[in-house]
Amino acid sequence: MARKSYSEQLVKLKEDVLKMGAMVEEAICLAVKSLKEGDVELAQQVVDGDDAIDDFTVRIEDCCITLLALQQPMARDLRVITTAIKIITDLERMADLAVDIAKVTQRISGQPLIKPLIDIPRMMEITQKMTRISLDAYVKEDPEMVHCLIDYDREVSALSDQVFRELSLLMVDDPHTIKQAAQLLLVVRFLVRIAAHATNVGESTYYMVKGERTELNL
Amino acid sequence: MGDNKFEIHKLNLYYGSNRVLKDIDLNIAEHKVTALIGPSGCGKSTLLRTLNRMNDLTPGIRIEGSILLDGEDIYQPKLDVVALRKRVGMVFQRPNPFPKSIFENIAYGPRHHGVRDKAELTEIVEWSLTKAALWDEVKDKLHRSALELSGGQQQRLCIARALAVKPDVLLMDEPCSALDPISTARVEDLIDELKKDYTIVVVTHNMQQAARISEYTAFLLNGSLIEYAETNRLFTNPSRKETEDYITGRFG
Repeated sequence: MARKSYSEQLVKLKEDVLKMGAMVEEAICLAVKSLKEGDVELAQQVVDGDDAIDDFTVRIEDCCITLLALQQPMARDLRVITTAIKIITDLERMADLAVDIAKVTQRISGQPLIKPLIDIPRMMEITQKMTRISLDAYVKEDPEMVHCLIDYDREVSALSDQVFRELSLLMVDDPHTIKQAAQLLLVVRFLVRIAAHATNVGESTYYMVKGERTELNL
Repeated sequence: MGDNKFEIHKLNLYYGSNRVLKDIDLNIAEHKVTALIGPSGCGKSTLLRTLNRMNDLTPGIRIEGSILLDGEDIYQPKLDVVALRKRVGMVFQRPNPFPKSIFENIAYGPRHHGVRDKAELTEIVEWSLTKAALWDEVKDKLHRSALELSGGQQQRLCIARALAVKPDVLLMDEPCSALDPISTARVEDLIDELKKDYTIVVVTHNMQQAARISEYTAFLLNGSLIEYAETNRLFTNPSRKETEDYITGRFG
């Protein structure tokens, strides 16, 4: 095959995006766990791990820029590279949101929960699933896998509305809950954003494989 | 796509017993730049040269099918080939100015086609050189030898020379392959400017150039037209695997 080293660099690029995906998935998973279990040390681990993800993002982006400048990629190669740039941007944001969730864990640590967490863990579960599906679709280059992300995104959105209503009522009933409820509302917002970035990754993957667009965002 | 300048139907070209072009069906849009790309020997230059019957000059060539220029078959026996080549001008890979003055290089064609009036010739020379974005560089040395110009200037001179006989179409066979990047950029800008008034067909080995300058691109392989599409589409999302392999450099 012609352009052997170029082809190898493209394979390496995809592997790096996946490695980064795995790091981000792990960060989200740990952040969620830290909140559920009130584990501040775990939360700190997420906060500390973010620098490595940021560094990796820059390294992958540099690699994409070099490939664009030196190889003048066309067709699918061009889509692989531009998609990588978009996906790492989404992944990097998702990691930042994981850090935001971890910081909430730290802020509310030691306080008794104002209500048992039911819908928030459910949202966490779905957003983690969405992250995994979007990355799986990217690995397998399977554009059809991403369509289910719309339904999951709807579910996350519906749960977010529900939690918002519940916490609003709690705050009205007892203003002492406001401090923690506000933090939990932030978590809800962060999860909605993670879900949106996961659908972006799905859309990018679809474009990379098919060269056509699909709309997965609500 | 707007109007078609050329309509090529079932074009086959044989060189002796060798079938060099195979069942080509292709429409070339008016006032657009169409790029022909493909590996060496794929037939792209041969296809270009069928458009003004330059292949007629090669012995052993036989053509089947038809090529319509503005609806008229250019291979009909009674066609005036000289008039055809006046309408369909050509610029070659290496600049090939005549060993004459800059002025005479441009005036040669119009004079050949019957323009005798000195003032009219002068006007044509200025017009052509201006169109070819060369006027400002040569206006003070029109009577110097064209061979004193740089390669890039010589190529623009050849473009001016082609324009001087007021063609409708410009065929360009790798017009920048002998030029440095700055001269290439000038010629590319010129192509972009000229397409307002002319239909341009460019053969190029440089895919980035095809991507930069053309609206439509045709990919040929082994004498067959594999894919023809809007340039943007062909270079971001080609529909044929052969095209993908070629433009991503994984051919062969």
